[in-house]
Amino acid sequence: MPEQRIVKLKILRQDGPEASTRRWEEFHVPWHPQMNVISALMEIQKSPTTADGKTVAPVVWDSCCLEEVCGACTMIVNGKVRQACSALVDKVSPEGETITIAPMTKFPLVRDLVVDRSRMFEDLKKVKAWIHLDGSHELGPGPRQSPENQETAYPLSRCMTCGCCMEACPQVGDHSDFIGPAAINQVRLFNLHPSGKMHKDQRLEALMAPGGIDGCGKAQNCVEVCPKEIPLVDSIADVSRQTTKHMLFGWLLK
Amino acid sequence: MAKTSIVTESGKVRRVIVVGGGLAGLTTVIKLCEAGIPVDLFSLVPVKRSHSVCAQGGINASVNTKGEGDSPEVHLEETAYGGDFLANQPPVKGMTYAAPGIVYMLDRMGVPFNRTPEGLLDFRRFGGTLFHRTAFAGATTGQQLLYALDEQVRRYETVDVEDDRGIVVRGEKMVRKWELWDFLGTILDDEGRARGIVAQDLKSMAIEAFRGDAVCLATGGPGIIFGKSTNSVINTGTAASAVYQQGAAYANGEFIQVHPTAIPGADKLRLISESVRGEGGRVWVPKDPKEKRRGRDVPEKERDYFLEAKYPGYGNLVPRDIASRELFLKGFHEGKGVFNPKSGKNELEVYLDVTHLPKDVLRKKLEGVLEIYEKFVGEDPYENPMRIFPAVHYSMGGLWVDFEKSADGKLVPGSPRNQATNIQGLYAAGEVEYQYHGANRLGANSLLSCIYGGMVAGPAIASYVKGLPNSSFDLKSSVFEKAEKRERDRYQAILAMNGKENPYKLHDELAAVMLRDCTIERHNGVLEKVIAKIDELEDRWHDVGVTDTSTRANQGAQFVRHLRNMFVLARVIAQGAKNRDESRGAHFKPDFKQRDDANWLRTTMALYKDDGKRSSVDYVRALDYPLNGKTVHVTDEVDISLVKPRARRYETAGAASATAASSDDAKKTKGAEAPPAK
Repeated sequence: MPEQRIVKLKILRQDGPEASTRRWEEFHVPWHPQMNVISALMEIQKSPTTADGKTVAPVVWDSCCLEEVCGACTMIVNGKVRQACSALVDKVSPEGETITIAPMTKFPLVRDLVVDRSRMFEDLKKVKAWIHLDGSHELGPGPRQSPENQETAYPLSRCMTCGCCMEACPQVGDHSDFIGPAAINQVRLFNLHPSGKMHKDQRLEALMAPGGIDGCGKAQNCVEVCPKEIPLVDSIADVSRQTTKHMLFGWLLK
Repeated sequence: MAKTSIVTESGKVRRVIVVGGGLAGLTTVIKLCEAGIPVDLFSLVPVKRSHSVCAQGGINASVNTKGEGDSPEVHLEETAYGGDFLANQPPVKGMTYAAPGIVYMLDRMGVPFNRTPEGLLDFRRFGGTLFHRTAFAGATTGQQLLYALDEQVRRYETVDVEDDRGIVVRGEKMVRKWELWDFLGTILDDEGRARGIVAQDLKSMAIEAFRGDAVCLATGGPGIIFGKSTNSVINTGTAASAVYQQGAAYANGEFIQVHPTAIPGADKLRLISESVRGEGGRVWVPKDPKEKRRGRDVPEKERDYFLEAKYPGYGNLVPRDIASRELFLKGFHEGKGVFNPKSGKNELEVYLDVTHLPKDVLRKKLEGVLEIYEKFVGEDPYENPMRIFPAVHYSMGGLWVDFEKSADGKLVPGSPRNQATNIQGLYAAGEVEYQYHGANRLGANSLLSCIYGGMVAGPAIASYVKGLPNSSFDLKSSVFEKAEKRERDRYQAILAMNGKENPYKLHDELAAVMLRDCTIERHNGVLEKVIAKIDELEDRWHDVGVTDTSTRANQGAQFVRHLRNMFVLARVIAQGAKNRDESRGAHFKPDFKQRDDANWLRTTMALYKDDGKRSSVDYVRALDYPLNGKTVHVTDEVDISLVKPRARRYETAGAASATAASSDDAKKTKGAEAPPAK
């Protein structure tokens, strides 16, 4: 019988917000074909024993769609922020190296690998990331849009609020109130839409307030880590131009 | 402040509860808000991560922008035919006629639908039709639709409560979200009316009762019962199972859709959308079962395009039940799946090929799904045919819900019977209910049925609430305290379980039999063993050892609860499959190959029975339920008043719609079915 291949995981754990329970634990789980980090964590659920034989509570993590479209399972795998579902074991550990897994650091910790990203959803309220609809009743077709407009908007609209850009951004964190790239990108998206444009100024003004677009330090880390390859740096530059224009000429147009 | 009936004397806002924040739940919330009814919205996950996000291909609406002669009537006929006539037809008609308006509404909400050169919405083809009827946003349409509705609901989180007479309640918002809360059960008063819910905060694990003047479940399907499927991990069906155990009827549970094209994975089977075939993707296997060359190197004449050969009328776009059976036949029974030189065996997989299509078109229309293949399989689908096989995808069955038919054969707008379960005050919308797809769902009808279900549920609930003799917020608190205590005791009992069974391993055992024996082909002898296995698993559940006793974010204890609820629904599915001695849509019995309308053109209605330690099912032919002071009598008879049942023959182009087949326009579209030039 061939020797059972083993996947080694080293996981940063913490029982709750109190840092006193923070610890690394190591687990060895059997390898399977097409295995990803999520299925390795699932193996721990089935036999929650550390590499040194201690029975522990299974590791807790967030996940949902497992196909990198919901954004839930974002964590730090081998030092890189990403979704655990698309982290294939054979890719992140080609020679059977130990895979290190840790929670994101820019959000309040709930337990183990679970963090609370609700601030990202709150930020969407601040910038009014929606089309202000008259109602859901029938009003006929929406405004016509060129295929080019759709091709610009669609990639921006694929943001799954996963938090990768927030984690990578040196300006986001306890030391600042910078809103971060994700919400700024949404402002660009809604300001592009023929009806969304009508409330453009409200979104720009939200980003001209403290914690707004001025907080960007142009490190450009965001675009590097975005799993959906959203052109975040372009979005920030575009919205920055819009706010400048609004600041200089907005009062004239009123 | 002027008096408003929205606020109680003690200053509480009277709300309706919606559980589930996917397309159906969010639409229901929007409709309730527009009717001036404040909402408490509960969801297992932040609503933006709901399973609707996984839908790829698109949403159907017969807008007929391609001049093909498509119409809502044709859409109705094709949906009824595709569902093998098991769906009640008035709700389907309501849905297909509302569809163009729904797609326009989504367009107004800012969904980045693909466009034609003229700036109009673009439409593509999907299964079970010859028309271009499916609007799409790349290949992540579900995500884009979910986001649009999420944005609308987020706006309502910032809007002050305002009743239908325009009285504003400062400081209270139209929508309050309770995300990362698990639904434990509905709260029934002494006369059996739903008065609220009990839910658990998945961070603090606190269990609380919430009052609501009505409750709408929009909690999705139960795919996780089958283990690995195309479903998200949250789709355990736990909420549906909980209310079924409280007396709600469950209908057509045995109808489980297996999607023909998914890719294998260790944790889930990822969907490769039907839109790939809608855009011209072709399914084939090498004619030589020992073919060792890579797919792209196999010459055209040595390929067996088996769907096109057997079904010249619809080709690669036959409905999913048929395509899955053909793939299973090829890969499993005939052993002609793609040969794996490493193992020396033929895999179950077949090829899904888009390499003949222009890359720029693929990028614009299918990038999201081809990217999934690339990321998870590590091969380039633009260069090599994809290897795919069938996977459990969708439940046509679900909570039984009622409807009231209008004179024109659709639904009476705002009737409190629409989307109502047989528990008074409990409504359901989306995949959690059974209503729109019969025995087999057509591709791109699910996003539509979710949104339409919500658009119907909202006004239905508004009417129901208006007719309430008294509000839940005026009831004595003991009703709620009792329900809360019951759920707390249950949870404490789970935390105290210290037996020897690992709940995740029990789930693996359930999934293994359900997947093998209760999907594409069903045999009565085998189903008996499945049911015996469920008996055994329910018994062993009592001997579970809970792996986590933490008071914070305890996923282990939560899973033990979901597991028990999965067993209960698994029994409804397996027993329903065993009872139904015919083949219809997704339900196929080799020993009963024919559809049997005389005996089985009827809705399976299951009621829960508890014989102490195990669950059991009562199948009923009729039931009575109370609604606003009256008793409604319903039976299992299917309303086939609009499209007469006939045999399904996808070999012939246009067979799915009599209206389309008789028009000249339809004949023109037949040309579209010819395989691309070689």
